[in-house]
Amino acid sequence: MKSLIQFLLRYHFIILFILIELTSLTLAFRNNDYQKARTVNLVQNIRGVYNAKIYSLKTYIGLREINENLAAENTRLNNIIQRAYHSDDIFFYREDDPGYKQHYYMTGATIINNKTNTQHNFITLNKGAEKGIKPGMGVISNDGIVGVVFDVSKNYATVITLLNTKLIISAKIKKNNYFGSLQWDGKSPEISVLNEIPHHVEINKGDTITTSGYSSIFPEGIMIGTVNDYIVKGGNFYKIKVSLSTDFKKIRFVNVISNLKKDEQLELEKSFPYD
Amino acid sequence: MINLLLRNTARFVVLVLLQVLLLDNIQLNAYLNPFMYVLFILLLPFETPAWLLLVSAFLMGFSIDLFEHTPGMHASATVFMAFLRPLTLKIIAPREDYETSTYPRVFYYGFVWFLKYSLILVFAHHLFLFYFEVFSFSGFFHTLGKVILSTLFSSGFIVLSQFLFYRK
Repeated sequence: MKSLIQFLLRYHFIILFILIELTSLTLAFRNNDYQKARTVNLVQNIRGVYNAKIYSLKTYIGLREINENLAAENTRLNNIIQRAYHSDDIFFYREDDPGYKQHYYMTGATIINNKTNTQHNFITLNKGAEKGIKPGMGVISNDGIVGVVFDVSKNYATVITLLNTKLIISAKIKKNNYFGSLQWDGKSPEISVLNEIPHHVEINKGDTITTSGYSSIFPEGIMIGTVNDYIVKGGNFYKIKVSLSTDFKKIRFVNVISNLKKDEQLELEKSFPYD
Repeated sequence: MINLLLRNTARFVVLVLLQVLLLDNIQLNAYLNPFMYVLFILLLPFETPAWLLLVSAFLMGFSIDLFEHTPGMHASATVFMAFLRPLTLKIIAPREDYETSTYPRVFYYGFVWFLKYSLILVFAHHLFLFYFEVFSFSGFFHTLGKVILSTLFSSGFIVLSQFLFYRK
């Protein structure tokens, strides 16, 4: 006992040091998570800011490619939908049924020239006859209808957009299926005009206007826009202002719709005796 | 004796405040991180009992930890430094040894002695602190650079303070 006390007294400095140091270290280690988190957080924050900058720069540079990929993906998915859910026919066909024929086929394209400030606006696409695009095909974007292919060269196609006073599209009010013709009045690039809707039809602002499907160009039910305003013109028909869902000032990727049964339809309709 | 206790307590408080209010906000870059509160340990009288040295070192470090939210880190580094103090004093002792009723000051033992004294102990403190803070030897030289630069920086502050406040 005496020697122990002597020992303690003799080495009390080292013993005390070890005790206090152990206490401190225990404290530190018990709170190590916090310490670690703190230092790691600091580094992460600095690194995070830097990385975020670099990342945003990188994504910005890669944006074009990403968008092209997404547009291609959309086109592919749209085609699958056409194939899988097409039910216009009286009978349902299985996809692998020889009687089945896909009705619409879509081709993705990028707009390389776009005019919105004239009376007869058109856009130019980066795909043409070589990719199977023909005059008269419909063009849509993800937001809605865009226009109709007017002319094609080997690698390019011009499209008359909705913002062209010469283009007339068959459109309908989605909720009650009354249809009329949509024609731009040449004023605002956001507004087009739907005519020939009889005045007894009930219309509200905000009603959805879609394609009618009565032309051979567009499938039924593609978004055109919503009712912005309406007046009764000349007694019998509405003049409905339609807010276009497509923003023509910023569209970039479109799908060209080819109606695979167009020829068959036109052939049949041609033989009808009009007189 | 009472006077000595009061002066050291006052120095304790002033140094803690100086550290947490001013110096912790000085981070010239990632390498420079001055810790001047260790001056408290350096300036304790020669006759300070060993246990009191360690305990006051612990209290000092712990006070800093409280403000910096790093429980135990500064405390352990400061205790480590205090542990090395008697040995350091022995190594760098002048030929005539330390005289009674003198204090470890530039005034008594000269600039070179004080510089050696503070460099050794501050380096020990920073070495312990920074490596414990990083808690890994990855980036060994990065941390070492930090230790050395901060040591020079802190010691600079400490020596400078001697000329500012202890001219006599």
